[in-house]
Amino acid sequence: MISIRKLIHDYFRQDEDGNVSEKIRAVDGVDIEVNAGEFIVILGHNGCGKSTLAKHINALLFPTEGEVWVEGMNTTNEDQIWDIRQRAGMIFQNPDNQIIAQVVEEDVGFGPENIGLPTDKIWQRVEESLKTVGMYEYRKKSPNRLSGGQKQRVCIAGVMAMHPKCIIMDEPTAMLDPSGRREVIEAARDLNKTEGITIILITHYMEEAIQADRIFVMDQGKVAMQGTPREIFSRVEEMQALHLDVPQVTLLAHSLRKQGIRIPKGILTREELADALLGRRPAAL
Amino acid sequence: MFKSITLGQYYQTDSVLHRLDPRVKLTATLVYIICLFVVNSFPGYLFAGLFLVCMIRLSHVPFGYMVRGMKAIVFLLVLTMTFNMFLTPGEPLLRIWKLTMTKEGLSTAIMMAVRLSFLVIGSSLMTLTTTPNQLTDAMEAMMSPFKKIHMPVHEIAMMMSIALRFIPILMEETDKIMKAQMARGADFDSKNLMKKIQSMIPLLVPLFVSAFRRANDLAMAMEARCYHGGEGRTKMKPLVYQGRDWAAYLILLAFFAGCIAFRATSHMVPFPLGAIN
Repeated sequence: MISIRKLIHDYFRQDEDGNVSEKIRAVDGVDIEVNAGEFIVILGHNGCGKSTLAKHINALLFPTEGEVWVEGMNTTNEDQIWDIRQRAGMIFQNPDNQIIAQVVEEDVGFGPENIGLPTDKIWQRVEESLKTVGMYEYRKKSPNRLSGGQKQRVCIAGVMAMHPKCIIMDEPTAMLDPSGRREVIEAARDLNKTEGITIILITHYMEEAIQADRIFVMDQGKVAMQGTPREIFSRVEEMQALHLDVPQVTLLAHSLRKQGIRIPKGILTREELADALLGRRPAAL
Repeated sequence: MFKSITLGQYYQTDSVLHRLDPRVKLTATLVYIICLFVVNSFPGYLFAGLFLVCMIRLSHVPFGYMVRGMKAIVFLLVLTMTFNMFLTPGEPLLRIWKLTMTKEGLSTAIMMAVRLSFLVIGSSLMTLTTTPNQLTDAMEAMMSPFKKIHMPVHEIAMMMSIALRFIPILMEETDKIMKAQMARGADFDSKNLMKKIQSMIPLLVPLFVSAFRRANDLAMAMEARCYHGGEGRTKMKPLVYQGRDWAAYLILLAFFAGCIAFRATSHMVPFPLGAIN
């Protein structure tokens, strides 16, 4: 559904005369294939190019080299740019900076208005997408009076109202408190499970990555590691070399293993560790 | 200090005024402002004030909200009043040092003050009962004839509504920056005007930087949601006149006629000279 082939993106810094003084390669030869209905997490520390990558999928940026295909459409094809943006919605970090309207329902209606749906259709979609994220009773409220997590759910509803096939979330929880974070991630997982929406979640928080179908770890514009959460998090040293944490439980299990305690690799949850320590083989492994 | 401005803050409640077509409210506000300059007698202003009070009652917006918006213009009010009082030539009333307060000056000053306050309360009333999006729709609809001469009507309307939406956010941010600077020893309460101006610089620079960053983010978010100008865009809440809207137009017309009548009958005695005499 999404295929990124040998993607390279350069940022150019210009001096006062408009000459290119510096070239910064943000994304450097990335190959990623995403299948419909997958829950993908992209990890990486600041400046590793993950946000730049995300903007390519939504045709907000265009490749310097390489290609990005969304549902068989090339993002460089200008005629299909609106189709691409409709199919692949995007959620950004700061909910305040993506809410356009003063009333929740008007904001959710912004996307459908832009794609030119008739009025009754817009209302129908606003209602169903607000219900999907559980914000229907707040539809008449001003976004300024909502909590961060609620605002971000309104943003998700705004994207859902365009009936996307895929939602790219660029650190949607970075500015939220723990409860807001949980709200947003649960909403995302629900969409993935019940609506079959492909989710590409970019995050700093390892706990959010555990539920992913696949994880891509980026470093200096390249995909450094990829695999299931279990595969990725069992490579503790490699992750640490990339200045990334692994979930606490995984780290504990790793340290115990190093001390000679016999427990399997790739433990992700407390229950699994407890099982392993009691000598039972965790069901999921 | 910054929380006091209510312009552009929608007050969420259900009332006749809230349900009125925004085109009616926009027209009414414009007509009301014109009326404030049409009437020039004490009864005229009383009439305009009564009308305003009725509207405020109809809107179900607490009166305190309107008055809070006034605080922001107190300085402007005092300034215009002082200038008017002392710089209008006419019959002297009071001498302070080299300045003479004249009767005519006092009269214009009071008139200006009343006008200005009614004007601010009147327009606050519109923004308190109309969401910026409705306001945008109204302006877009009313200015659409200008599209023929290639005026970017939709774009202007969109810019206005976004500006309105970000006012409270930027206010909050100003407050935050101010507190952060105060924590590091900045002095915003200085009575010295020079110092006061100087202390604005560390406030305005970060505010501008953040405003630009927000603008950039918002533009990106709008594009990501398929925004591409007014072309081919449909409306979630299309403007359709209802019976009550026509009734409102009629009331407005009556009010306008009333104001003209007051002007015509006020004769030569400008307000509030008559009252003072």
